Amino acid sequence: MTTRDLFEETYSAVTVNKVRSGLTMLGIVIGIASVIALVAVGQGSQAAVQANIESLGANLVMVIPGATKSIGTTVRSAAGSSETLTPDDAAAIAADVQNVAAVAPEVSGRYQTIYKANNTNTNVIGTTPAYEQVRNVSVDTGSFFSDTDVTNSNRVAVIGPTVLQDLFAPSTNASATPDMAIGQTIQIKGTQFTVIGVTVSKGGSGFNNQDDVIYVPLGAAQHYLLGNTGYLTEVDVEASTEQSMTQVQNDITSLLLERHGISDPTQADFTVLNQASIVSAASSVTGTFTTLLAAIAAISLLVGGIGIMNMMLTTVTERTREIGLRKAIGAKKSDITLQFLAESVMLTFTGGVIGIVCGWIGAFLISLFAGITTTVSVPYILLSFFVSAAIGIVFGYYPARRAASLNPIEALRYE
Amino acid sequence: MKEDIIACRDIKKVYGTGDTAVTVLKGITFSIKEGEFVAVMGPSGSGKSTLMHILGALDTPTSGEYFLDGKDVSKLSDEELADIRREKIGFVFQAFNLLPRTSVLRNVELPLVYANIPKEIRVTVAQKALADAAFPEAFWPYYSNQLSGGMMQRVAIARSLVNNPALILADEPTGNLDSKTGEIVLHTFQSLNRGQGKTIILITHEPYVAEHADRIIHIRDGNIVSDEKNEHKRIARNEKEIPI
Repeated sequence: MTTRDLFEETYSAVTVNKVRSGLTMLGIVIGIASVIALVAVGQGSQAAVQANIESLGANLVMVIPGATKSIGTTVRSAAGSSETLTPDDAAAIAADVQNVAAVAPEVSGRYQTIYKANNTNTNVIGTTPAYEQVRNVSVDTGSFFSDTDVTNSNRVAVIGPTVLQDLFAPSTNASATPDMAIGQTIQIKGTQFTVIGVTVSKGGSGFNNQDDVIYVPLGAAQHYLLGNTGYLTEVDVEASTEQSMTQVQNDITSLLLERHGISDPTQADFTVLNQASIVSAASSVTGTFTTLLAAIAAISLLVGGIGIMNMMLTTVTERTREIGLRKAIGAKKSDITLQFLAESVMLTFTGGVIGIVCGWIGAFLISLFAGITTTVSVPYILLSFFVSAAIGIVFGYYPARRAASLNPIEALRYE
Repeated sequence: MKEDIIACRDIKKVYGTGDTAVTVLKGITFSIKEGEFVAVMGPSGSGKSTLMHILGALDTPTSGEYFLDGKDVSKLSDEELADIRREKIGFVFQAFNLLPRTSVLRNVELPLVYANIPKEIRVTVAQKALADAAFPEAFWPYYSNQLSGGMMQRVAIARSLVNNPALILADEPTGNLDSKTGEIVLHTFQSLNRGQGKTIILITHEPYVAEHADRIIHIRDGNIVSDEKNEHKRIARNEKEIPI
């Protein structure tokens, strides 16, 4: 039997009962589509989380006050509740630790901010110009504040795009341009600050909106907003190279332990976080999440495969006489096996292709309506192709063998 | 003198083993020459179906020898039997056994599909076979299940001819037909036998049908009880000759 004949026979056999073939195929369609869509969701979240962490800055090592938590846990007591880091610590890190490109001490808090009739509650960060480099902040319009601003505790502010929109938009539907804000005076916690710059959007959403922020000079924040406490809520350190991050992390730890007079590292009153370890911890979480989603989808694929087997067994019974006739006119066992295998493979393969298209559309709709980033990956599509064909072979093999081993005499007599 | 196309020597067929063994064929010996039209007659349970299965290479005898077209078929494997059926035998069944929802032409082509004949040749051969089986050209585009019983049986006859077999084996070919269409089918067999010299074995339990053959073999209880030339051969009429 030539390949073309096999294809023709298979095609006509599959299309004879379109409804049944369609319903059987549906099992595979749903299985493959859910694998594609759910893996896309998983991988999309993974990519989003990584991009988010990496947008914090390059080669970043963060020092925060408070006790060490297990790796990957960023939950800590409220910022400022532990008062252990001082600007002198930051200066010591800059002076004594090798391979440090920049150090940015930071204080932060949420304050009510007012411009004319508009007001918003936003994250205010007091820091130094080094922050711009360390945390990868770029100014879109205007400029970041200078060292002089920090020294003199000038009341100047650089605002994020979300704050710009919240405070300066002429109406809720219109968008604000940076020019509307530059030179204007806003009130943060009742103190007037002059807007001198607007940053470029960094993305992020919900609780982690990196654009909903106001940067002010460190001294101004301490003096006008925090009420002259000398403590920092964070010190951001940029290592000069990716390779030196671990060394920088270790050196900061020993330096601060010494400065704080602590001999037992487990009793440290600060935590040094390495960006790379955060990324890998977050990746492992989202990776597990992806695997879980794929496993759930795989179960539905398995159920679809059993559906194929069920239908093929029914078909073999229904077509017993036909199989008998085919054998009587000279079909070999291998011809019959091949024919029934081809039928199930055609069902699963077609189902697989439709499933991939549906999964792709599904992933697109999920990101459109649920706002979750999805990434449809080509390796998974190829994998789905082969898996769907393999399901056809695996679940079609038993019915096909059963058809091929029918005795032609009994098959011809079958009622 | 023409060659023996079939030679059976002491064919026995036993089903089951030990105490439950049933001997269906008890030693059948006969031969059929090329171009003969033979009817095998017998009541149900006589063993004629079992004989047909052995003659049709669907089954092998427990003992004895069966030569088909000079080749010993009695000890072949399943796969080798499939080759014999494909190359040397054309079947016509009582229940037609056409593929439903499949065109007439495709049905006739089917044995050639398994013989790996290219499509272009298949179509030509199948059309010739349909013409030989007196199947009207007007019905060629139809699906098999849209045809009347008589038409379906002619498609089945065309299918049995298509691989140019040494032997056409017809098992109760008129059993599902009324007497008029039955006669037309018998006419087709007779003209294939006379016109083209096809060897035909017709298996039936109806004496009237058997009388259309040249020779009648009677089987009873697994033995041949008579094997003689049919002195009163009936000539079947085609549809044009049958008064309505």
